[in-house]
Amino acid sequence: MGDVTRIILTRLGLGLLTLLVISVLIFGAVELLPGDIAQAVLGQGATEENLRALRTELGLDRSAPVRYVDWLSGAVVGDFGVSLLTQSPVTDVIAPRFANTLFLAAYAAVIAVPVAIVLGVIVALLRNSLFDRVANVATLTSISSPEFFLGYILILYLSVKTGMFPAIAKLSDDLTFIELLDRTFLPALTMVLVVVAHMMRMTRAAIINLLASPYIEMARLKGTPAWKVIARHALPNAWAPIINVVALNLAYLITGVVLVEVVFVYPGIGQLLVDAVTKRDFPVVQACCLIFAATFILLNLAADVGAILTNPRLRHPK
Amino acid sequence: MANDRKVLLKIEGLRIEGYADEKWVEIVHGVDLTLHRGEVLGLIGESGAGKSTIGLAAMGFARDGCRISGGSVEFDGMELTTTPEADRRVLRGSRVAYVAQSAAASFNPAHKLIDQHTEAPVHYRIRKRMESQEDAMELYERLRLPNPREIGFRYPHQVSGGQLQRAMTAMAMACRPDLIIFDEPTTALDVTTQIEVLAAIRDIVDQFNTAAIYITHDLAVVAQMADLIKVLLKGDEVEEADTRTMLESPREDYTKTLWAVRSFQRPQKSRPDGDAIPIVSVDRIDASYGATRVLEDVSFDVHAGMTVAVVGESGSGKSTAARCITGLLPPAKGRILFAGEELPASFRARSKDQLRQAQMIYQMADTALNPKVRISDIIGRPAEFYGGLKGVALKNRVDELLDLIELDPSKFYSRYPPELSGGQKQRIGIARALAAEPSFIICDEVTSALDQLVAEGILRLLDRLQNELNLAYMFITHDLATVRSIADEVVVMKQGRVVEQGPKDVMFTPPHHPYTDLLLSSVPEMDPNWLNTVLEERGVDNIGEAART
Repeated sequence: MGDVTRIILTRLGLGLLTLLVISVLIFGAVELLPGDIAQAVLGQGATEENLRALRTELGLDRSAPVRYVDWLSGAVVGDFGVSLLTQSPVTDVIAPRFANTLFLAAYAAVIAVPVAIVLGVIVALLRNSLFDRVANVATLTSISSPEFFLGYILILYLSVKTGMFPAIAKLSDDLTFIELLDRTFLPALTMVLVVVAHMMRMTRAAIINLLASPYIEMARLKGTPAWKVIARHALPNAWAPIINVVALNLAYLITGVVLVEVVFVYPGIGQLLVDAVTKRDFPVVQACCLIFAATFILLNLAADVGAILTNPRLRHPK
Repeated sequence: MANDRKVLLKIEGLRIEGYADEKWVEIVHGVDLTLHRGEVLGLIGESGAGKSTIGLAAMGFARDGCRISGGSVEFDGMELTTTPEADRRVLRGSRVAYVAQSAAASFNPAHKLIDQHTEAPVHYRIRKRMESQEDAMELYERLRLPNPREIGFRYPHQVSGGQLQRAMTAMAMACRPDLIIFDEPTTALDVTTQIEVLAAIRDIVDQFNTAAIYITHDLAVVAQMADLIKVLLKGDEVEEADTRTMLESPREDYTKTLWAVRSFQRPQKSRPDGDAIPIVSVDRIDASYGATRVLEDVSFDVHAGMTVAVVGESGSGKSTAARCITGLLPPAKGRILFAGEELPASFRARSKDQLRQAQMIYQMADTALNPKVRISDIIGRPAEFYGGLKGVALKNRVDELLDLIELDPSKFYSRYPPELSGGQKQRIGIARALAAEPSFIICDEVTSALDQLVAEGILRLLDRLQNELNLAYMFITHDLATVRSIADEVVVMKQGRVVEQGPKDVMFTPPHHPYTDLLLSSVPEMDPNWLNTVLEERGVDNIGEAART
C-alpha cells in the first residue's frame, strides 16, 4: 500500500501546483478585462474624486504582482476579500450559493451515475440489439439538445401541461427535505439527461473493448452466463475509464450548469458568477473561478485514485 | 488401443466458416474425429490449420465471427450443433473444459485464482464454495504447485507463468470434466518450465482418466502427450494414426515434411586464426533498468561472417544485451567495441555510420512493420537515409533488396504489410535491415513466431545472406533446435550473467555446465518415452526445484 499512498500524495502535490498556475491565469484574466473597474462599479455619473477614492480603497493604485500576492495569501486562509456590490465578505456571499449548487449536483449525480452505469452494462450485454440502438439514440438526442431547450421542454410537459412538478426552483429556509427534492426535481432531471449519455456510452465502450480479451473467452468457455461474464469478468476491469468519465461529468454538474440555473431561477453559484461578471464584482469572480478550478482538479484526482484502487496490480503488489 | 471403450466425442464432416471481407469463408472443410473416454488425441498442424477452431467446436463453441456451418458434433450422445446455447453452456461449465495457450492472459486480472477456480462448480451447484476451495488446494498439490494451500489466494499477476498454467489445468479439473481441450498450453513457456507443466498435465489426465484433445504445433511435445495424432493442413485432415505409427512411418508427404523440419544444419565455421579483431565485442558490461540490475559482467565477441547464438530463458538478459549493443540502453559499466573501436554508450552520441553498421530484425514482424506504409518505403527509407539514394537509384536498390530476399519486386514493391504472410513480413524485416548495408545484424527471436517450415526458410535465407555479404549475426533465441542449425558459437545466459560460452560443437558435447545441461535436456525429443526418461533421470521431485533455481 506504500506505493499507492505515494502515488496519491504525488498527484495531490501536482494538483496544488496546477491550482497555483490557474490562480495566476484567473488573476491575469480579470486584469485584462477592458475598462476601469472603479468606473464600472460607480457608473458614468461618478466624479473624479470618488473614482480615485475607490481605486485607493481597492488598492488598484498598487502594481498587479503586489495585489496578486496579497489576494493569494488571503485566499489560502479562506479570505477572498469583500464583495464590491454588497460590501459583505466574499465567503459569505458564495457559501450559500455554492451549497445550493452542490445540492443540485449531488441530486442529479445520485440519479445519473447509477442509471448510466446500469444502462451501460445492459446495452453492452444486449449490444447491437434494438434496445441498444434505442438507448443510444435517446441518450444522444438528450445530450445533443442544449440544456435550456431540454429545460423548457420539461417545464412544458411536466409542469405547465400536467402540473406534476413546479416550474420554478425557488428556495426558502422553511422547506422540508421532501419539498426541496420536489421543487428541484426538474432542474435535476434536466442535468441528468445531459450527463447520462456520455457516461453510459463510455461504460458500454469500456466493457465491449474488453470482450475480445482471452479471459473473457475463458469465462465463456467455463459456461459462465452472459450477464455474469459482463458484470463479474468485464466490469471490474473496465472501472478506470468509467471512473474518469464519471468524474468529468460530476465536474460539469458543478461548474457548467449556469443555463439550467437561469431557466429554473435556481440560486446557484453559476448565476452568481454571471451577475458578478456583468457588475465587475471582481473579488467574487476570482473566488468563483478558483472554486471551479479546485473542483475540477479534485475530481480528476479522485478519478486517478479510483483508477488506481480498482487496479489489482497496484492494490496487491508482488 | 482404446477401441473397446465407450465413444465420448464423435465429430463428423465438421465444417466451420469464418467471416472475413464481408463474406463467409469456409476454414474447416469436413473433419471427422472420434475420441474414446480416457483417450488423448493430439491435433497438430501449422497456424491456420484450424486446430483451435476444431478444439472449440468440440465444446459446441465458435468464436465471434465464426460459425459451424455443417456436420455434427456429438458429445456423449448429445448433438451439440442443434442443442440450444443455454444447454451447451451447462455442458461447458460442467463436462468439457478448456486450457488456453496463455494462462497469464486467460486468468481474469481482477480476481483471485481460487475464486476463478470455484466459479463454475459453485454456479452449477456441483460443489459448495468451501468444498470447491478445499478441492482446488488438493488439485494444486497434485499439480505440484508451491504452497498449495496459499497460492490460490493470490492474483494472477503475483504468480509465475508456469505456475499459472498449472493453476489453469487445476481449474479445468474443477468439475472433473469428461473432456479437456488443451490449446497449446506450453507454447508460451520456457523449456525448463514446459517440462514441469507437461508432466503435471499428463499425470492429472491419467489420474482422473480424463479424455483430452491436445492442440500443438510442436511434434516432440505431442509425442509425449497423445495416444493418437491427427495432422491437419488448412482445415483438412491429412492423416491420423496412433502416436508410435505416426512417428515411425508417416504416410503422407506433408507429414513427412513436418517430421523433417529440423534437418537443416549448416556447416559450423570457426574463428579466423590469430588475433583477428572481432566485429563486435561486448566487454564486461553491467546494465540496469532503474534500480534492478539486469546484466552483470557480460562479455562475448562476434567475428565477421559468423553467427553467435545467445540462448537463455525469459528474463536471462538476452534482449537487454542487444539493447546495450545498439545503444538503446547505455550500460552502467563496461564497453562496446566495434571493429576494435569503442562505441559511445548511447545511440544518440553515435555517428550515422556507426548506427548504419549494426541493424536489428525483430521477433514480431507484425508489430515491427508499420501497416500503413508501402513495402517500397519501408525498405527504401534506410537506403535513402544511410545511402543517400534517390529517384531511380533508390527504386533499383529496393528491387535489388527484394530480389535478395527472394520476393518478386514487381509483385511486392507497392503492397502493404497486412497483405503479406508471416514469413513474407519477416523477409521484409530482413530487407529493411540489409538496406543499411550493415556488417552486423541482431536477430531477436526472428523465427519464434513462425511455423517450422516457414522458419526454416528464413534460417536458410539468413545463412545464404551471411555467405554472400559476409554478415555477422547475434542470434537471440530460446529455441535450441534453431541454435543447432545455424550457430557457430553459443553464449548461454542466466539471470543476467553468461554461464558458459564456446564453439557450438563443444557446447553441445558433454560435459556441460549444469545449467546448460538442464536447458539441453529439457528440449523435447520425438521419442515418446523421452519425458519418462528425463523425469526418471531427474527424479520427479526435483523437476520443480531445477526450474525454480
